[in-house]
Amino acid sequence: MALQSLDITRRSASPTASPQARKTIEIAKLIDVSTCIGCKACQVACSEWNDIREEVGHNIGVYDNPTDLSADAWTVMRFAEEESNGKLEWLIRKDGCMHCADPGCLKACPSPGAIIQYSNGIVDFHQENCIGCGYCISGCPFNVPRISKKDNKAYKCTLCSDRVSVGQEPACVKTCPTGAIQFGSKEDMKDVAATRVADLKTRGYTNAGLYDPQGVGGTHVMYVLHHADKPEQYSGLPKDPAISTTVQLWKGWLKPLATIGIAAAGLFGFFHYITVGPNRPDDDDEHAAANPAAKQEDKA
Amino acid sequence: MKEQLIQRYSAAERINHWIVAVCFILLALSGLAFFYPAFFWLTGVFGTPQLARIIHPFVGVIMFVAFARQFFRYWHHNLINSEDIRWMKSVKTVLSGHEVGDTGKYNGGQKGMFWLMCACMAVLLVSGFIAWRPYFAGYFPIPVIRLALLAHAWAATGLIAGIIVHVYAAFWVKGTIRAMVEGVVTHAWAKKHHPRWYREMTGKQK
Repeated sequence: MALQSLDITRRSASPTASPQARKTIEIAKLIDVSTCIGCKACQVACSEWNDIREEVGHNIGVYDNPTDLSADAWTVMRFAEEESNGKLEWLIRKDGCMHCADPGCLKACPSPGAIIQYSNGIVDFHQENCIGCGYCISGCPFNVPRISKKDNKAYKCTLCSDRVSVGQEPACVKTCPTGAIQFGSKEDMKDVAATRVADLKTRGYTNAGLYDPQGVGGTHVMYVLHHADKPEQYSGLPKDPAISTTVQLWKGWLKPLATIGIAAAGLFGFFHYITVGPNRPDDDDEHAAANPAAKQEDKA
Repeated sequence: MKEQLIQRYSAAERINHWIVAVCFILLALSGLAFFYPAFFWLTGVFGTPQLARIIHPFVGVIMFVAFARQFFRYWHHNLINSEDIRWMKSVKTVLSGHEVGDTGKYNGGQKGMFWLMCACMAVLLVSGFIAWRPYFAGYFPIPVIRLALLAHAWAATGLIAGIIVHVYAAFWVKGTIRAMVEGVVTHAWAKKHHPRWYREMTGKQK
């Protein structure tokens, strides 16, 4: 933890800067949707490595199980059946935290050090500081964090920050049998993605592309999509994700306005009292109240 | 001469007021802690940050219920009439220490404050329930929760600024705090600040 603490870029609810001397390499996980076979080995690996067990659910008619992210399921495969140009496409996406460069969860979090962003790009929750307010859920443009019913604290994918910090790849990457999930420096992953996109284009996927949305400053989990023009097809992956305007107004604009408003009320009172002075009824003048315009003596 | 007093607030009204006031202070401090990172330490009013997050909404409900009792006590005293409009337009004269108009139980400023508090309390209650974890927030879509959090912060800011003015006004107009502590005001106070109410209470013409 000692050296790791030097690699923190940002910390929730902390107005002053984190240590900036060291700069580590920016990493990324690349998920190639076009080579994913939907085996869910990544879900199992995540569950095993992190020692979290979601309850065994019920079959709801599609392959999705668990059907949603939870405090005990940090990644889930989402299976979408899309019909276009007269053919059925089975679009499978491994959903989970995108590790945004500009994380909405961190912006919204009110508790110092409950959410931290490492200089390698990983956004991590430190549950010991989490107060369970759920602001991170409101801040996230991807609907990822979940509050645990057991302890009312927020959980999500850590990008296996513990493994990465000792030079290993995340558990899901290690276990993926088709190589659809890769891990490395963000630059390298962009190169890999470019090769994959070029290949997909030769195979007729003219809109193939890399999903690294700039509205959140880019992400440290990226997708290769065969239909990068329609990310919504992949179980609602947002087209242009950004921190919501409502959250920006709340966490950005309102703070200085509220400060000015509250300070103005306090300062007005102070200066009014030391200039105008107290307002006392004048006991001697019986007519003071009857004559509203009567000049009032301020002397005690 | 023994000072002549008029009862302005009964014991029940005073207790009611101070329940709201104490709740407000606890809520404002813990709320500011959630809003301003630099004031996060104010969560200490409830022991720990986690406890503050848990307790804040419950205290909010107590404040709302107690305030609702006040609303039904006072709303009919706070209907705004032409005298109050005159008062509001002459607020500069009032602030220089002069009385304006034939004021009843409450002046235009107090009435305006009453309705501001009512509006803020209503917004705080509704938005507070929408954002309340783990009990209620799960029933609302995330964009609605975002709006609730924004509205909650706005209304809280309005209420805090309003209460600062409310407290200052009580401190500035000497003899006012006594009304909410001992329940009484002097004849001179009533005659000067609330002449119409003074006549109603004493039956005097002057």
